[in-house]
Amino acid sequence: MKLRKNIATSESGLLFNPVTGESFSVNPIGIEILSMVRAGKTKDEIIDALLQKYTADRITIENDYQDFIDILFHNQLLEHHEKKNA
Amino acid sequence: MSKIRYERPVIKKLESGMPNKFGTRTEYLPMTHIDGVAVTRLVKEYGSPLFVFSEKTIHSTIKSARKAFETRYPRVQFAWSYKTNYLNAVCSIFHQEGSWAEVVSGFEYDKAISLGVDGRKIIFNGPEKSEEDLTKAITNDSLIHIDHLDELYSIAELAEILKKCPRVAIRVNMDTGIYPMWDRFGFNYENGQAWDAINKIMHSGKMELVGLHCHIGTFILAPSAYGIAASKLAELAISVEQKFKHEIMYIDLGGGFASRNTLKNAYLPGSDTNPTFDDFAESISTALLNSNFKKDKLPLLILETGRALIDEAGYLIGSVISNKRSSTGRRNTILDVGVNILFTAFWYDHKITPAQSFTQYTEDTCVFGPLCMNIDVIRENTELPLLNRGDQVVIHNVGAYNLTQWMQFIALRPNVVLVDKDGKTHVIRMRETLDNMNTMEKIPNHLKKFNL
Repeated sequence: MKLRKNIATSESGLLFNPVTGESFSVNPIGIEILSMVRAGKTKDEIIDALLQKYTADRITIENDYQDFIDILFHNQLLEHHEKKNA
Repeated sequence: MSKIRYERPVIKKLESGMPNKFGTRTEYLPMTHIDGVAVTRLVKEYGSPLFVFSEKTIHSTIKSARKAFETRYPRVQFAWSYKTNYLNAVCSIFHQEGSWAEVVSGFEYDKAISLGVDGRKIIFNGPEKSEEDLTKAITNDSLIHIDHLDELYSIAELAEILKKCPRVAIRVNMDTGIYPMWDRFGFNYENGQAWDAINKIMHSGKMELVGLHCHIGTFILAPSAYGIAASKLAELAISVEQKFKHEIMYIDLGGGFASRNTLKNAYLPGSDTNPTFDDFAESISTALLNSNFKKDKLPLLILETGRALIDEAGYLIGSVISNKRSSTGRRNTILDVGVNILFTAFWYDHKITPAQSFTQYTEDTCVFGPLCMNIDVIRENTELPLLNRGDQVVIHNVGAYNLTQWMQFIALRPNVVLVDKDGKTHVIRMRETLDNMNTMEKIPNHLKKFNL
């Protein structure tokens, strides 16, 4: 899974897509996920890392992770062919 | 290493300058306690969902209402509207504060009597009073507010049988500029029905006309309408005095004051825009004082407001069952609070506050209840902080009508708890059980067995 090229993210939670001109705000855990995606981590690696750090069970984290990825895709922030099994 | 409180990841498109149809964010602080009692403790001890009433708030609200009226008019009496909330504990608080009882059915009448209310301090309203109800009310010398001519003649008949002179008032409906005009109750002022009814009572000699009553509508946002109603009733009372040399003891302006809730489709929150007790009191007292009553002959002013006195004291605690996305990408949150126990979700955009800390991130959310019914929507759109499964929320201003109009639909109704002035908690209505429901049912013998 890859973020689209040229997507700019800031540590404070601002995300900018220069292709569409759209800006987004992302919460800290969302930024963490985006960083791990950028670093090439797999879905399981990302979920394991979140499980270690946060007070939530695997099902909740998996569901929310998938929902987050769906919204990234919906907003054209992911490479198109990468959505499946993201 | 201890873990960090989880918040689900969220990404939100920034749309500067675009109006947000979901409204602005209103919640900045969690509501972790109700009158000093932790929400987590309440849920642990009494379950979720849970109604919680604040005795402190009930006392302070009735006190502020009394102050608003008593500082403007010399003779004021409140009567607690049972239909708004007839939990015995709640009624008793209002009676301790000096309120009479205002009932609209035989059931409510019996409830007031069973609580120990003096029959002479019960106002009996409503279009349906059986012969048995009227007999009780006449015997107890209660104040019977006549709704229609059939009732007037029934009372006249019973007065003869019981050899008593019932104390009655008539309910008057009128045009006060409020739409819709509630003309289905009582006798109309403008077309002369009310004056006809007064004459029939006065000429019968079988009952004593002690009051004039009206109730112009519900959730009234225009205090001026009450001024019009008060003027019209005052005019009737003065006409009675002139024609019959008979003093009307009281003018009862009913209820209908708006609470702090926000009506659906309202642009601004009700807490900022709805009239206060002072606004209503100013309009009513000015009209009465400006009427032609002599200084020493001012009638008692009775007020039957219910909603505005109890809404704010009631909270409903609920828990998040799940977070989902709709087919259109909208955030849906499911609570364990359904419209079966929060009937007023059909009328208001109830304020919902998380009961645990949250960050500044929010999502446009539709809040659903747990019922397997499409209409089970608590808030169609609200901007809520990010709630996790199992988190608690506190729904505000639920004290009026929910505990009388709730439905036992597919689930048992929850505990109701009162937090007293010292912060102690008391169950004032126990959670229903299957046995409660089954004791009212009977199965015919031939239906008792089946083989599947």
